[in-house]
Amino acid sequence: MLQIINMYVNGRREELAVDIRESLLETLRERLNLTSVKKGCGVGECGACTVLVDGVAVDACLYLTMWAEGKHILTTEGLKSPTGELNPIQQAFVDEAAVQCGFCTPGLIMTAVELMGKGRKYTREELRKEIAGHLCRCTGYENILNALEKVVGYPKEQGGE
Amino acid sequence: MYDIERYIEAVSVEDAIQHLKADPDASVISGGTDVLVRLRSGKGVGGTLVSIHEIPELHGVDRLLDGTLVIGPATCFSDLAKDPLIRSCVPYLGEAVETVGGPQIRNMGTIGGNLCNGATSADSAAVMQTLNARLVLQGPDGSREVPVTEFYLGPGKTVRRRDEILTAILIEAKDYLGFTGCYIKYGKRKAMEIATLGCCVRVKLGPAPEDSGEGPGTENGGGQDPAALQTQNAAGPKSRIIRDIRIGYGVAAPTPIRCYKTENLLRGRSASDPSIYELIGEHVLEEVQPRSSWRASKEFRLQLIAELARRALREAMLSSLGNSLLDQTSAG
Repeated sequence: MLQIINMYVNGRREELAVDIRESLLETLRERLNLTSVKKGCGVGECGACTVLVDGVAVDACLYLTMWAEGKHILTTEGLKSPTGELNPIQQAFVDEAAVQCGFCTPGLIMTAVELMGKGRKYTREELRKEIAGHLCRCTGYENILNALEKVVGYPKEQGGE
Repeated sequence: MYDIERYIEAVSVEDAIQHLKADPDASVISGGTDVLVRLRSGKGVGGTLVSIHEIPELHGVDRLLDGTLVIGPATCFSDLAKDPLIRSCVPYLGEAVETVGGPQIRNMGTIGGNLCNGATSADSAAVMQTLNARLVLQGPDGSREVPVTEFYLGPGKTVRRRDEILTAILIEAKDYLGFTGCYIKYGKRKAMEIATLGCCVRVKLGPAPEDSGEGPGTENGGGQDPAALQTQNAAGPKSRIIRDIRIGYGVAAPTPIRCYKTENLLRGRSASDPSIYELIGEHVLEEVQPRSSWRASKEFRLQLIAELARRALREAMLSSLGNSLLDQTSAG
C-alpha cells in the first residue's frame, strides 16, 4: 500500500509515495538514489546504513520510512558545500587514509557528523565507544580514529583546532 | 521491504489500543530494533504493525511529588542514559542501558521494548528487578499495574496482553533513595553484544543499631547530627550494616530473577564483614537456573553468577562507603 510522506532530505523537502513496508534505507537508495547509504547486514549490526534523523544517528535499515514524516534526514550526499568542498570530517578521512574499500565510510562519516553536532570534544577511548556501532572489515579502525580525533578529538601537542 | 500486511501510526495510546483490539493479527512496534529484526528473520510476518513510535506522551522521564520516577516506555536508551533524573536517582540503570548494542541501536531501541519483548538477556532487566519497578499496562478495559518481578512468564513471554500498551514504568522513592548499585554485563565483546550474563547488586547501608552513640566514628560529636553521621560514614565503615540489599540477574534463569533468599541472608550483616562476599557467591547459586546455550555453557554461567555477584556487591559497597573499605575487604 502506497502512502504519501513528506520529509526533508539533505535540506530539500521531498513529497513521496512510499510503500508502508519500506525501510528508510530502501526509500533513500531506491526512490531518491542516495546510494551513499549502504545496505550491509540489514539488522542494525554493521552501521553501514547510518543516517541522521533530526541530527541523531540511526540505522536506516531498521527505521520505517513512515516514521520519517516531517523529519530532517541527512546523508553523506548532503555534506557537500555549495561550492563542492568536502566537509571537514570527509577531508580528515582522506588525509588520514581512513578509507580502504569505502563501504563503511559513509556510515562512519554520519556518526562523526552527529558527534560534531554535539559541540564537545572526545577522548580516543570515548571515540572507540561512539563508533562501536560500525563494522569496518578492512580493519582500518586506527586510521578512522585518527581522522575522528582530528575533528572531534582533543588537539594534539602542536595545538591544532 | 518488511513483510507486513498493514501499518498504523497510532496518534495516542487509546488509538493504539483500539487498533490492537480490532485486529487480532496486530502487534505493537516502538523502537523497532527487535520487532523489525524478528520480521526480517521471517518470524511473525504478514500481520499488522501498530506503531507507538510517534506518541509524545510515552517519551521522557519525570518525577512525581512523592519522589516516584515515571519513565516513558518509548524513551530510547541513549535519552534514558543521559537523563538528569536517571543519572542522579538510578545511575546504574543508565549504565546498564548504555551497554545495549551500539550507539545507533541505543538511539532507536526503547526501555519499554526492552521489557516487553520478555528477554532474560535484556540489559535493563536485572536492574529493573532490583528496583521493584511497577509497570502500568493500559488495555481496552482500563489500566492495571504489574510489578516487574511478576511481569515475566517465560522466555519471550510476559503477562502483557496483546492489546495492552505499557504506558509507564514507575520506580518509587523507597526503592532508590539511599541505595548505591552496580550492574555488570558479561559478554565476549564490549559492544554489539547480547549479555551472556547480567548481574545487578544494590545496597543501602546504615549505622548498626548497637553502634549508635558509642561507635568508633562518633567520638567527635552527637549521633543525631547529620554532619556527624557523615563523618561516621567516612571514618567508621566497621559500624555500618547492610540495611537493605537487592540482587537481580539476567540470563541466570529463563526469565530475569531476584535472589530474595540471599538478600534475606545478607540483610543486617556488617558491611565490613569479609564473609559477605563468600556468602553471596555461594547462596545465589541456589536460586538460579541457568541453561547452556551457544553463547555459554551452564557451568560457565554458574561461575559467572557467583563471581559477578561478588564483584557487583563490592562495587556497590565501594560507591557507598568510599575507598576506605577496600583495604579491609580485599583480603576476603
